[in-house]
Amino acid sequence: MDQPLNLVLFSGTDDKLQAAAVLTAGAAALGKPVNVFLQYWALDAFRAERIECDHGLAPEAGDEGRMAVDRLRSAGQASWSETLRQAKELGGVDIQACSLSMDLLHLAPADLDPLVDGVEGVTAFYLNAGEGQVVFI
Amino acid sequence: MTLQIVQTVDARGLSCPMPIVRTAQVIKAVPSGQLVEVLATDPGSVKDFAAWSRTTGNELVEQSTDGGVYRFVLRRK
Repeated sequence: MDQPLNLVLFSGTDDKLQAAAVLTAGAAALGKPVNVFLQYWALDAFRAERIECDHGLAPEAGDEGRMAVDRLRSAGQASWSETLRQAKELGGVDIQACSLSMDLLHLAPADLDPLVDGVEGVTAFYLNAGEGQVVFI
Repeated sequence: MTLQIVQTVDARGLSCPMPIVRTAQVIKAVPSGQLVEVLATDPGSVKDFAAWSRTTGNELVEQSTDGGVYRFVLRRK
């Protein structure tokens, strides 16, 4: 259990971020360290002023998928940002923004939600990943 | 022996993985050896609590189902 789980989040749609948040929270509940690396559109979704907005769904969701997701939300499912907040409360979850994506999106650290712990490059990400699995979402 | 439950986590209506996350948060503040009761409606919680108990060492001492509500009693490691 000592090796961390390393999630690279690339997609910025709510369904993929929700799946990533669930994986993060589950690992954190088991006491497994989790490193989350935010790239491209996933990083864009972590902008402080937009994190609670609707970020859409992956194209394969279609209309039926949209309805299914909405049903789960109206039944009280926690949003992905809330799920990540709860996971961070358990400890062992570190969320870093990819520095290249920060440049791409013209972002400064102050533009990001407090869920994000810092900015790092890919080398630092791999160093912290150790021998743990790397998952790309 | 009567089990003394010191805290109840009401996770009814919460979807995966929130029942486990809430329980992990609550159990941290409970003294070792004390019992925590969890109520959940997520069917996945049956396998989840078994796995969580095995991995974290918090013993699953009781488990039952009543009308779609799953009840777990865990002993803090």
